[in-house]
Amino acid sequence: MEPWEEEGPEVVKKFMYVNRRAPYGTIFALECLEVVLISAAFEQDVSLVFLDDGVFQLKKNQDTTGIGMKNFSNTYRALDDYEVEKIYVEKESLEARGLTEDDLIIPVEVLSSNEMRDLMAQQEVVISS
Amino acid sequence: MSILHLVNKSPTDRNAFDTCFRMASPGDSILLIEDGVYAALANAEFANKITSRLDNFSFFVLGPDVAARGLGDTPLIEDISVVDYEGFVDLVADNEVTQSWL
Repeated sequence: MEPWEEEGPEVVKKFMYVNRRAPYGTIFALECLEVVLISAAFEQDVSLVFLDDGVFQLKKNQDTTGIGMKNFSNTYRALDDYEVEKIYVEKESLEARGLTEDDLIIPVEVLSSNEMRDLMAQQEVVISS
Repeated sequence: MSILHLVNKSPTDRNAFDTCFRMASPGDSILLIEDGVYAALANAEFANKITSRLDNFSFFVLGPDVAARGLGDTPLIEDISVVDYEGFVDLVADNEVTQSWL
């Protein structure tokens, strides 16, 4: 058995990934999604959060055929298979952009700013993009 | 002399729109591309910053960037004209100067 295959004491930490950027205009959204999918393999306690323009990542009916970029929005649907089930969207961010929960591609939990702040305060690792 | 202003930044992420509005002259055209298309959302808080300027500027939005972001089914500000890439080229050709608010 190789050293990395040995069963050690399992360390499970509370990870929060904070998305604040729209998709396609910058690479932040796609990169964060890839990191989340990779980290899911390590069986950590993952919360995925969408604030500010990050809520645009989850907008339904994205069609990138006209801009020559990969439409990665369907990948959010796979998060459930990776057991990433804690997905939170800030209510104030949705409202400021004229969006509702019905506009989103996956089921999420909509939290107020105060609830989101409390959730963040419970985390051991916060990763921002 | 008219200017075509290109804005490719989201109004809720960067201040490109604010500066564009300060520097643009009446009669200029403003084309929303890439993340700039989010400014066209009719039900967003930012919308009144555009609707209050419809008398001063002609607004356009690039359709393929709208569709990519899933906004094809979402209400956009009515007086913004949707253009395709050919329309983009026409706008560049029709204006003496093009300014990108990067």
